[in-house]
Amino acid sequence: MENGNSELLQEFTEEQVVKLDEIIARFKGKPGGLIPCLEEAQVVLEYLPLPVQKRISEGLNVPLSQVYGVVTFYSFFTMTPRGRHTVRVCLGTACYCRGGKALAENMEREFNLAEGETTEDRRFTYETVRCLGACGLAPVIVVDENVHGRIKAQKMKTVLDEYE
Amino acid sequence: MDSNEMLNVTIDNQSVQVEPGTTILQAAKKLGIRIPTLCAYQELDHFPGACRVCVTEVDGMRSLVASCVYPVANNMVVRTNTERVRTARRMVVELLLSNHPTECNHCVRNGNCDLQKVAEITGVREVRFPYPEYQRESMIDMSSPSIVRDSRKCIQCHRCVAVCDKVQTVNVLTPSWRGSEVKVAPAFNLPLLETNCIACGQCIMVCPVGALYEKDDVDKVWKALEDPTKHVVVQEAPAIRAALGEEFGMPPGSLVTGKMIAALRRLGFDKVFDTNFAADLTIMEEGTELLHRVKTGGALPMITSCSPGWIKFCEHFYPDLLDHISTCKSPQQMFGAMAKTYYARTAGVDPKDMVVVSIMPCTAKKFEAQRPEMCASGYRDVDYVLTTRELGRMIKEAGIDFVNLPDETFDAPMGEYTGAATIFGATGGVMEAALRTVYAVVTGENLQSLDVTPVRGLDGVKEAALEVGELGKVKVAVAHGMANARKILDRIRSGEADWAFIEFMTCPGGCIAGGGEPIPTTNEIRTLRSQALYEDDSEVQEHRQSHENASIRKAYETFLGQPNGELSHRLLHTHYTKRGTELPHKDVKLGGTEMPEHHAENLEQRVH
Repeated sequence: MENGNSELLQEFTEEQVVKLDEIIARFKGKPGGLIPCLEEAQVVLEYLPLPVQKRISEGLNVPLSQVYGVVTFYSFFTMTPRGRHTVRVCLGTACYCRGGKALAENMEREFNLAEGETTEDRRFTYETVRCLGACGLAPVIVVDENVHGRIKAQKMKTVLDEYE
Repeated sequence: MDSNEMLNVTIDNQSVQVEPGTTILQAAKKLGIRIPTLCAYQELDHFPGACRVCVTEVDGMRSLVASCVYPVANNMVVRTNTERVRTARRMVVELLLSNHPTECNHCVRNGNCDLQKVAEITGVREVRFPYPEYQRESMIDMSSPSIVRDSRKCIQCHRCVAVCDKVQTVNVLTPSWRGSEVKVAPAFNLPLLETNCIACGQCIMVCPVGALYEKDDVDKVWKALEDPTKHVVVQEAPAIRAALGEEFGMPPGSLVTGKMIAALRRLGFDKVFDTNFAADLTIMEEGTELLHRVKTGGALPMITSCSPGWIKFCEHFYPDLLDHISTCKSPQQMFGAMAKTYYARTAGVDPKDMVVVSIMPCTAKKFEAQRPEMCASGYRDVDYVLTTRELGRMIKEAGIDFVNLPDETFDAPMGEYTGAATIFGATGGVMEAALRTVYAVVTGENLQSLDVTPVRGLDGVKEAALEVGELGKVKVAVAHGMANARKILDRIRSGEADWAFIEFMTCPGGCIAGGGEPIPTTNEIRTLRSQALYEDDSEVQEHRQSHENASIRKAYETFLGQPNGELSHRLLHTHYTKRGTELPHKDVKLGGTEMPEHHAENLEQRVH
């Protein structure tokens, strides 16, 4: 555990580690406890790298391979840090035709990112989606919960400037 | 309706009555209808419904159903051979092939591949969507000295995941990611060597394709055989003689000891010895150690140390119980240590020029041979380990007509063995062999019947109790498959164990079903191979107790001194490493010669 702590403390605060252990303790021995445990852990820690999964595996007595299998299966879980804001560029058919692809390329060039990655300053996590049901506003990007429609490459910068 | 009432089902116009809960696949089997499958594996109770090759048509159902997971209902009408079913099956297999490298000609499973067979049965004649080029190296994990994992060939049947979880409770392999990205791999895609893999190779035994296979060491052995400066000796585990014939189309359970020896000699080995010699030696050492522990209050129960998968399992998952394992090296390693000291001396061969090759039913033996501490003579105890399958390939490559070979006999002085040694290859065999000798040593007379049948057979956990003279009642237990071993280990941990001696074999059925044995290996085949060994014990061998082996007695008289004596301890005993389960294991050491130099010098003086 000592060793596990130092590994965890390289990436998380002591307070976070204490909270993680509390969460694990609550789900210990409960059938089907792995997914809600991971969910709550991610709320506190933001992401679930190897040391966290090891801690959960030991605490819940679930093999690490199974923890990893669940974390990688659900797109909700992430093993790398998330940005403060999530930028989703729509690449559904309508958005793609009306310039969504250019927005995606713009995002990749501007911030030096590949899909699913996060900027080094953890400002943005960049993802793409296939249709958000707002084709009338194509091309669309969604920043956190806010939909921005009819975005052109130039306008994208202005929109993103609003998110620090 | 009574839930136990039998159900009437009609499959391809034939009727059958089955119990509720029976799947279409099982009902069809009763009627002699073979529905092709790829992921299903009856003995593991593994029916994930993943491959979709087993689809059938059910009257009244809109879509086709996977017969391996679909339970029958009363009066159900099923059709397994319609145009629609045939087309769908063919498409499923074609899609599997479109995602599978078409390198069958140079695949290790060429000719023994379930995907090939199913493609043939279902009548696939073209693949319209050719396999995309992947980066080769990045998807093949060669890190383990025992097992190679080639993700490119994986068809996601998850049989290996099931065996790793249910049978061995090691849980290294897992399905990860999803959709088209899904792959079976260790957590965090770690190289196998850095995981808790015990190298048992049971994943290989259930893999339908060539995604998991043994690390091939054949070329190294060819090279040694062709090197005129090397004196190459070979040993074969007991399980080889009961299975090697299958590689050449002989029926399971054929005992081919004499042909095996003849084949090895024709391959060019300088001396053909036998691991069974070392198995008898193991009984002398381990039996003495057991008696010593009982008399002096050492760690009990004592657990056997022959099965290297079990050793690594204990090092990872029960490091607190390592003291319970006998300090005896396994027969393979004892053989190597003796070959490079005792035999080297008598034959006048410098151990530096000697190469010891093992033929083992086991992939974990490849790991064991590379443990740094295994170098009693100052050189590696065992240089190369080949599985039964690799030996089969060598014999084929050499153009030897195995089936028609004459029977030959082993070379001296490390070829003599007793019936006690040969049953080491089956679950319960080490226990039975040990009891025969321990009883005789303690009481001065032989067991009334040398057949200790309660420890034989395929039950997961077997127990027996035996009155052994002054020791009183000695309770013993036998388990095979690490899931079964856990049941016993947990009782030892909690202090509830009252056994004196325990035998663990890693693989279900014992070595005769090891990860290096011919594929397929089923329960039926396990039984047949075991019977061959028991036949060798009771019908073929003159002596059936290890202490009656004249070559062993001579080795003690002229070289070793006493069992568990000082020289025995140096050569034939070992120590274990607490590995734990903390991933990744970055510090796994392989090979090398750890032994200090003065040790070798001392040894020279001791040899007379």
